[in-house]
Amino acid sequence: MTGPTGRALTLAGLAVVPLAVLGVFFVLPVSGMLSEGFVTDGRFDPGGVLEVLGRPRVHRVLWFTVWSSTVATLLAVLLGLPAAHLLHRRRFWGRGMLRSLLLVPFVLPTVVVGVAFRELIGEAGPLGFLGLDGSAAAIVAGLVFFNVAVVIRAVGAAWESLDPRPAEAAAALGASPAQVLRTVTLPALRPAIVSAASVVFLFCATAFGVVLTLGGLRYSSVETEIYLLTTNLLDLQAAAALCILQLVAITALLVVMSRLRAVPDPTLVRSTALPPRPSAGDWPGVLATGLVLLLVGAPLAALVTGSLRVHDAWSLGNYRALGGEGDQQALLVPVGEALLTSLRTAVDATWMSLTLGLLVTIVVTRRSRTRAERRVRGLLDGLFMLPLGVSAVTLGFGFLITLDQPPLDLRDSPLLVPIAQALVALPLVVRTLVPVVGGIDDRQRQAAASLGAGPLRTFATVDVPATWRPLTAAAGFAFAVSLGEFGATSFLAREEHPTLPIVIFRLIGHPGAMNYGMALAASVVLAATTAAVMLAVDRLRVGSMGAF
Amino acid sequence: MRPIHALPRALAPLIAASVGLALAATGCSAIGESSSGDEPGSSNDSSSAPGRVVLVTHDSFVLPKPLIKQFEQQSGVDLVVRASGDAGILTNKLVLTKGDPLGDVAFGVDNTFASRALDEGVFAPYDAPLPDGAEEYRLPGDDGHALTPVDNGNVCVNVDDTWFADHDLAPPRTLDDLTDPAYQDLFVLPGAATSSPGMAFLLTTIATYGEDGWQDYWTRLMDNGALLTAGWSDAYEVDFTQGGGQGDRPIVLSYDSSPAFTVADGRSTTSALLDTCFRQVEYAGVLDGAANPQGAEELVDFLLSPEVQAALPESMYVFPVDAGVELPKEWATFAKQPTEPASVDPADITEHRDEWLREWSDITSR
Repeated sequence: MTGPTGRALTLAGLAVVPLAVLGVFFVLPVSGMLSEGFVTDGRFDPGGVLEVLGRPRVHRVLWFTVWSSTVATLLAVLLGLPAAHLLHRRRFWGRGMLRSLLLVPFVLPTVVVGVAFRELIGEAGPLGFLGLDGSAAAIVAGLVFFNVAVVIRAVGAAWESLDPRPAEAAAALGASPAQVLRTVTLPALRPAIVSAASVVFLFCATAFGVVLTLGGLRYSSVETEIYLLTTNLLDLQAAAALCILQLVAITALLVVMSRLRAVPDPTLVRSTALPPRPSAGDWPGVLATGLVLLLVGAPLAALVTGSLRVHDAWSLGNYRALGGEGDQQALLVPVGEALLTSLRTAVDATWMSLTLGLLVTIVVTRRSRTRAERRVRGLLDGLFMLPLGVSAVTLGFGFLITLDQPPLDLRDSPLLVPIAQALVALPLVVRTLVPVVGGIDDRQRQAAASLGAGPLRTFATVDVPATWRPLTAAAGFAFAVSLGEFGATSFLAREEHPTLPIVIFRLIGHPGAMNYGMALAASVVLAATTAAVMLAVDRLRVGSMGAF
Repeated sequence: MRPIHALPRALAPLIAASVGLALAATGCSAIGESSSGDEPGSSNDSSSAPGRVVLVTHDSFVLPKPLIKQFEQQSGVDLVVRASGDAGILTNKLVLTKGDPLGDVAFGVDNTFASRALDEGVFAPYDAPLPDGAEEYRLPGDDGHALTPVDNGNVCVNVDDTWFADHDLAPPRTLDDLTDPAYQDLFVLPGAATSSPGMAFLLTTIATYGEDGWQDYWTRLMDNGALLTAGWSDAYEVDFTQGGGQGDRPIVLSYDSSPAFTVADGRSTTSALLDTCFRQVEYAGVLDGAANPQGAEELVDFLLSPEVQAALPESMYVFPVDAGVELPKEWATFAKQPTEPASVDPADITEHRDEWLREWSDITSR
């Protein structure tokens, strides 16, 4: 299996499952929706779509999407990097708690976060004097709130796996901390940073609730525009035009990112030393972590406070009510039941995205021998990022119109929700794994192979130990994405088994003083569960490392 | 060849992981659960075998479980509910899956979207026997009786009476009052592009001021400091003074039933302005191409039964179309319905929705 044909076959064999999944659950539905837009009266007619692309409104919408996402991504990276250093390269009490707390925003339904934010910055809120409500600044803050954890966790995982010795050597040779950072650490982290930033950018560019809720309807992004065109106006021609725009923009982004990601010597060595305690030199990390905590903590505090108020008095009444069926019947099922459904779905979504993600990672990180092979691997790498950049409604409606014929009659399948969530989580998983696996020195594998190890054994002894940390980080991501996913889930969810975000959405969308309090309380339950799961995942990885 | 017992130690976590995954796939996952349940396999013909009837609806649909059991016992078929999205998403789903429908019956298409579904031929005719009083809710233009009215409710401006009493100010009564400087910065409402009550309010203004006059009204309304939010929950819960949060605006766009939810000490602290209302009617219909048309017709009849009609207020926050049904006590006392709500011809709504929303967006984002 070492000849060129053998390599090609192995590559194809590993890629076939993820490609098939992507083909059925992404390419097919999206092309279905696109063809609805391009074909009028049974005739291929691209003119209408092109006409839409020329509209001034479309240009405005595109410009807003690009600049707001760029600013939010930059802020998330600027805040996330120092925080990642403190939370992943320093050892202090409560570190695990902080790390899991920071992932909480990631799972909260936007409608709740919107309410929590607006309780703070609205006219009557404690920060109302800032006049942020309905401003672009509020949108950017909301985007950073949701996504800063991606940078911290993804870059942090890579930073943890980084060999500290080159940096120590540089320092011993007289380099200042800033010089070490600039010449040793950042170059080594570049693939991880670029990866995280590209994922964050895609999340920001396809954000929907944040833009509408915090922007007071004054701003439209490509995503909100597609939503309006598809769900309200059924103007599929214009929606197809914007979808093409999304695809082109993502492709451009991916090309740029793959250039930026490439480093001359990506080799990483596993670090094994116990991280030191924070020192005075860690002030940028402390400062950034403090800022992130403030940004994440204030809306969360508003949420917790609100959940504990009943008729202007402190009470646990909202929490007690979660066991029943609510004021009237706004609570579809007891919250415990919905939480269980959410957890079950998340387990499915996690193993699906991890399995797919691992296969993709293996395929794209093996060192290529020819240029054509490298091209193919690069193409595959980008391909699996696409689901993040395409609107959930495009995908959701696409499911309905394309997956309706045997053998793909899957419209009503209970698999659809976890699969959709796994597709959303997949880019995160891949982007967390690839920088680390790509950084493994191929000579280690060659050494293992020449000592007689088969491909599986090589993978188990070389790749797995190095990948374990990012793998658990990715699992945490996938789990969190699934727990909080609302767009696709609300589109596909089955009435019998609503997930917790669906229940919260319903509670907050109906009158009744109790319903509002219960929605906040249910969000706190969701947040607490997430934090607990993340904490457990982090523990798990420390324990497993000890076994090696 | 390596003997089995010398399995590399490093493989242990991998194996543990696969065992975990296997457990997940069977024991504690959603898939494992539903495949062991009564749900038929997903790959076989899942589009309504006889023996069940599939209801496609929006995510506000809820009925008490005993009622659903009762239907299943009477008709001898299982009721499968597929609820997701709002009325707009529901309508567009039906249009896109025309001819290969997602189920047998659709419930929840309202009078602002109904004519789009009718034009596309989504529904098969079924003339259900209507209860007393339901005739007036029929969709104008539905001459073939494809749609059956099931419930109704009005989108009305609501005011916080306690706030106005505390501030010695008479609450507004009409749409024009809302542009009066006395009520500057007091009104909050969800936007027409993103919210169905928001759209209903836009239609109220179009019905009141005409197709060429509403733009001017909205300019005055925005100049008077009206605050737009994305959805109803934002407007009511965050910004309205009687909502769940600490809002400071005492005028909000909500429903005619909302005052029944702000009752304290035997009186409601809010009231609906009955001259500012738009009536929303929700319809049920048998889908063209339904696998179980007979079960579908029985289901439509069931939605009109006195039991379901009586359950509507507390389950879905809407009024029944059956005039003979007794309302819950707080509804009967505090939820007043307008006698002459605004209305716009459904065909006009379908034809001009795009254009009106575009104009509305231009005016409100200036």
